Amino acid sequence: MEEEIFVSGRMNQLIDPQLNIWHWQIPLYLFLGGMAAGILCIAALYYIRGREKDYSTAVRITPFIAPVLLVFGLIALFIDLRHKLFFWQLYINIRLQSPMSWGAWVLMVITPVSFIWCALHIRDIFPRWDWKYKWLYDIESFFNKYKKVLAWIMLIYGIVLGIYTGILLSAFNARPLWNTSILGPLFLSSGLSAGAAATLILSKNIAERKQFARIDLVLIGIELFLIIHMFMGFLASTQVQIESAKLFLGGPYTMSFWIFVVILGMLIPALLEFMELGKFHVPAIVPAVLVIFGSIMLRFIIVYAGQVSRWLY
Amino acid sequence: MRYAMAVDIRKCVGCSDCVVACQTENNVPHGFCREWVVETMNGTYPQLEIEIRSERCNHCINAPCVRCCPTGASHFAEGGIVLVEHNKCIGCGACMASCPYDARYPHPDGYVDKCTFCIHRIKSGLAPACAAVCPTKCIYFGDMEDPNSNISVVLKKRKSKTLIPEAGTKPQLYFLI
Repeated sequence: MEEEIFVSGRMNQLIDPQLNIWHWQIPLYLFLGGMAAGILCIAALYYIRGREKDYSTAVRITPFIAPVLLVFGLIALFIDLRHKLFFWQLYINIRLQSPMSWGAWVLMVITPVSFIWCALHIRDIFPRWDWKYKWLYDIESFFNKYKKVLAWIMLIYGIVLGIYTGILLSAFNARPLWNTSILGPLFLSSGLSAGAAATLILSKNIAERKQFARIDLVLIGIELFLIIHMFMGFLASTQVQIESAKLFLGGPYTMSFWIFVVILGMLIPALLEFMELGKFHVPAIVPAVLVIFGSIMLRFIIVYAGQVSRWLY
Repeated sequence: MRYAMAVDIRKCVGCSDCVVACQTENNVPHGFCREWVVETMNGTYPQLEIEIRSERCNHCINAPCVRCCPTGASHFAEGGIVLVEHNKCIGCGACMASCPYDARYPHPDGYVDKCTFCIHRIKSGLAPACAAVCPTKCIYFGDMEDPNSNISVVLKKRKSKTLIPEAGTKPQLYFLI
């Protein structure tokens, strides 16, 4: 039996930071950033491969969600800061060892790029759009000339943004649950799958919908593979990581993780998409919404459970 | 120069004088603490073993909080003391999440605050408040690189341990066992 008493009265949520570091803002941002990264990556990839005509929704329409997501994500990040008026300190320092510094600078690049990408496609939503001023037309034609470069920037920074949302957590060795490099690819594939789901909702073209159902199916497979790998790694690791895996294998997060993330967020949408690729007709919105829901829940559960996991004294 | 601290857990009685001295000296806001006392009880009655530790920031050599800080507010000051520059801190919480000892807390003014080894006292030749006030004189503080300093002598003479060395942070708060 081991018992610990904190004489100073430290066992209290106000004092013990491990109970009080990050709330809803960070997991919400991780989801919004990840989904925006997924949308932009898919759009850039199909544009670069010259498939703009076949997958016009993914390249021209869905990216309009991305800047909205990014702006809301930035607002959530700002709300999370405790010393708000000093936020600009992020942008006068570059710290290569800090994932958060990487993230701040990546957002600084990809947010304007996503706005420019939308501006270039604004006539797909408002056919009679008029920029009113000549200099705005000049800017538009300038970026139209270098659209391929823009797409490459969007693809590379999108991948960095998607991976960074996971690496942000895995850099903290103090929280054993987060301290696994699998979170990077897991959050990237989850973000890509949420991005594909957005196109699945918006697309009116059956061929495009089928293609994105196929993409989503592959991504869900990758996610399941990574989740199984993550738990294999935890269970074969040190005691602290075994304990953190137990949070999901019988511990307090078991039900929420396996029901909301794995069954509702991955297995059922995968089954529905599989049926749709066959002869059944499934409304595309159902698996897509489930995938997005699973993607949100994954972030929330990992962020909250990670703050419970700790080193053992 | 490499400052470190050692707490003799054979002498510590857990009176919490160090906690109060620290809160008074550094004007720590109500409800928070830069240092705290942990009492662990091991075994089953009647074979019980008790260990009382006065704990604070470990001023690690390989400090994860300094590595994770996105603005450079967390930095190494002279003698390896880990400090937070208030006007550079944005209060993002990355350092708190990265500390395996949970040694930091968010100050109500917004920035993140922690033990400074009372750097203002060290500079004028005084010991940190906790070491100065300890009634059993169980807290040793000094320069590890000076072989004749208080702490070097006592760490050579006695067996010691650090907390969770397997976290790889190279902590500089020793416990004499």
